[in-house]
Amino acid sequence: MSSHAHAHVAHHFESAEQQRQSAQLGMWIFLVTEVMFFGGLFAAYVVYRSLYPEAWVVGSHLLSIGLGGFNTAVLLASSLTMALAVHAAQTDKRNATAMWIVLTMVLGFVFLGVKVVEYAGKFEHHLVPGAHFHVDPMAELAKLEAAGVHVGQHLRHAFETANPSHVQLFYSLYFAMTGMHAVHMIIGAGLMIWLLANTLKGRYSSAYYNPVEVTGLYWHFVDIVWIFLFPMLYLIGRH
Amino acid sequence: MSETATIAATAEPKNYLTNRHTIQSWLFTVDHKRIAILYLISLTVFFLLGGAAAALFRLDLMTPQADLLQSETYNKLFTMHGIVMIFFFLVPSIPAVMGNFLVPVMIGAKDVAFPRLNLLSWYVFMAGGLIALGAIISGGVDTGWTFYTPYSSMYANSHVILAVAGAFIAGFSSIMTALNFIVTIQKMRAPGLTWFRLPLFIWAMYATSLVVILGTPVVAITLVMIFIERFFQFGLFDPALGGDPVLFQHLFWFYSHPAVYIMILPSMGVISEIVSCFSRRRLYGYTFVAFSSLAIAVIGFFVWGHHMFVSSQSAYAGLIFSFLTFFVAIPTAIKILNWIMTMYKGSISFDTPMLYAYGFLGLFTIGGLTGLFLSTMATDIHLHDTYFVVAHFHYVMVGGGVMGFLGALHFWWPKMTGRMYPEGWAKFAAIVIFIGFNLTFFPQFQLGYHGMPRRYHTYAEEFQILHVMSTAGASVLGAGYLIMAAYLGWSLFKGKRASANPWDARGLEWETTSPPPTENFLSTPTVTQEAYAYDKPSVTHVPPEEKRV
Amino acid sequence: MSEHHVMPIRVYLTIIAILMALTVATVWVAFLDFGYLNTVIAVGIAVIKALLVVMYFMHLKYAAPITRLFAGAGAVFFVILIAITLSDYRSRDWFPFPEPWEQAHEAPASH
Repeated sequence: MSSHAHAHVAHHFESAEQQRQSAQLGMWIFLVTEVMFFGGLFAAYVVYRSLYPEAWVVGSHLLSIGLGGFNTAVLLASSLTMALAVHAAQTDKRNATAMWIVLTMVLGFVFLGVKVVEYAGKFEHHLVPGAHFHVDPMAELAKLEAAGVHVGQHLRHAFETANPSHVQLFYSLYFAMTGMHAVHMIIGAGLMIWLLANTLKGRYSSAYYNPVEVTGLYWHFVDIVWIFLFPMLYLIGRH
Repeated sequence: MSETATIAATAEPKNYLTNRHTIQSWLFTVDHKRIAILYLISLTVFFLLGGAAAALFRLDLMTPQADLLQSETYNKLFTMHGIVMIFFFLVPSIPAVMGNFLVPVMIGAKDVAFPRLNLLSWYVFMAGGLIALGAIISGGVDTGWTFYTPYSSMYANSHVILAVAGAFIAGFSSIMTALNFIVTIQKMRAPGLTWFRLPLFIWAMYATSLVVILGTPVVAITLVMIFIERFFQFGLFDPALGGDPVLFQHLFWFYSHPAVYIMILPSMGVISEIVSCFSRRRLYGYTFVAFSSLAIAVIGFFVWGHHMFVSSQSAYAGLIFSFLTFFVAIPTAIKILNWIMTMYKGSISFDTPMLYAYGFLGLFTIGGLTGLFLSTMATDIHLHDTYFVVAHFHYVMVGGGVMGFLGALHFWWPKMTGRMYPEGWAKFAAIVIFIGFNLTFFPQFQLGYHGMPRRYHTYAEEFQILHVMSTAGASVLGAGYLIMAAYLGWSLFKGKRASANPWDARGLEWETTSPPPTENFLSTPTVTQEAYAYDKPSVTHVPPEEKRV
Repeated sequence: MSEHHVMPIRVYLTIIAILMALTVATVWVAFLDFGYLNTVIAVGIAVIKALLVVMYFMHLKYAAPITRLFAGAGAVFFVILIAITLSDYRSRDWFPFPEPWEQAHEAPASH
């Protein structure tokens, strides 16, 4: 509403501190709903993995640890830049705030770019669920051995017994979970643009930086989702 | 100061309804009271639509054969009735209308914590509602409101995606409202308004909001999963790929069972207010009633599997779910006993809100007790998916939820509109609704017990007499609603002006004018006593000398 | 309470270093065979990483008690959703389904 950096207290609040605490609590409650939102997908993941562990081993072997690991590092770094953006806003450093926000956004786009590359690869290899889905666990096993990977007894057993339909289920969940995460990343990037515009207009200061703070909370949450997705999708059953 | 005071006193003071008159002042309002009115109007429309659908198939069920509707249409009508009544009437009813209006007033705040989010919630609700209506107009949905897979995800040829999108979007609106209430109650209470001085309606709204926050996102993602399966052809619940349709039921009921408490807890809050006011006694066992709301909210999350006793759910899970379900009866019984104890030796007056409270007590008790039949695994196998379930559900949702809503509407109507409704007509309508409701749904207990399955279009001849009774009851019930709509509409223009506190009730909302000014209180009240001090003379918490500045 | 808490940048840098190290550790450990413990370790490391982000980057350590209560409730109900759902699937084959009458009587129990 009002664009003054100081004394930015909406009419129905008694004090800036009450307003700040409300914004913070509100965002945390929203994040609780987000936790439960992803909870449905995680529940499906856990149930199906407990039913078809061998298909999960095959599915995760077809994902690239390199790309997934790189993206994990990118997202963790973006969390750092986001935290530093909040820090800069708290200490009245407007230019630094803007710079960290831009950097956070750039890292977000890097993550999404890598995700596009990964999705394209899955499309090429017929790993997108649906009529064109095709996976041959035995052929994949042969490829692994040809690449010189040490294939232990458990691993061989998993490849030999995995049902391709169940691997398709893995990929349905892979796309649902990473897709839902990517949607959140895109929303986050949009929020960064909005934050950047307001920062450059000088709306935030150590007296009022609620939007930077709560958007940061959201961004960190999206990071946390990926912290779980990475081991669950890419690393399960590598041994 | 004195000069301005005399001028303000002679002129009619502006209230939230009269301070501005343009359409924009309504559509872009951030005043929680106006948003409550917007919700009230929209919910009335949805209630009529859902009721009309029910009237049509109830009429068709008068005869064992299909003579009014085709079976496909019949399926679409009961689905429409369920979706509209649950997602677009019962879930938002008391929170979005009464809660929006009352929460800030009852705690002495100027508005909810996030007024613009509050307005957004109404727009999101309308968007969801219009999309769901779009699904109905463009051909309908025939999955039932439960959207069970694999029918909904693989076989249904109706507009499942649109209907699912409508319910999904409406879910966000209830999340926004709930989030607003929790932050408002946590952070914006007036000075002196400690937790145990709060009206129990506030406790109930808080507990409801917790359920919304924890449950709604799960059904949202579940509906998204149906969308993914239908739209992208990813088999998330597809048995052909090894997926499990029962997993859908788990996720669906994780929300939809607690959702029953989203619909009933607010009513319980209303009943606490009404019973205390019209018995002229402070509420018996305040802390027990307050904490039983939270207990219901929490225990409600541990019982969802009782909807799945005859699915492929494991017998052990079923046993534990059954056992835990009985625990919900404890906080519920605590509430009912405390309301009865409040009336004991009270000075009871039978005004219309109190009649609805009595209606609630009787009907909800029947609904709750028949719930125990269904939560017992052995009896549930006999009663599962019969009219017994339909009757039980309507006794809880209409007998509990709607009675509470109507009680609240009458209790706070003077506060919301500044007008009194005609008491004689209101009592008459309350009695007609009570009789009509019982006549509609009591025969359904018998139908179900004798084996009539729910959602069937045609049935065996011997069930006809009970179906005819039920349809007759539904017409009485409908007449009751129409009488109510008529006199409430009349009262808006011709009703007697209401004073600030027509019931001589306690609580902050009765200390401001009827209807309240836009800011609710012209100066921040300081609370010195609890909301049910009926044993003490009424005190004013709003500093009078600062009024009408 | 939650006054404006400004953390020194040094804290953020320490946290990010630990997070990166844990990422490397979780990849490394995934290739070693600990049987079913592999899953426990992978999820355990993820939980530690998430806690670090929540406590320091998101300042939950310095937030109001009610905020911490809500954050905790989110985690608890997330676990309830998954644990109870999974308990159904894990216990489905515990219950010995009775054999059909003829089968039970014509062929005496083999065990």
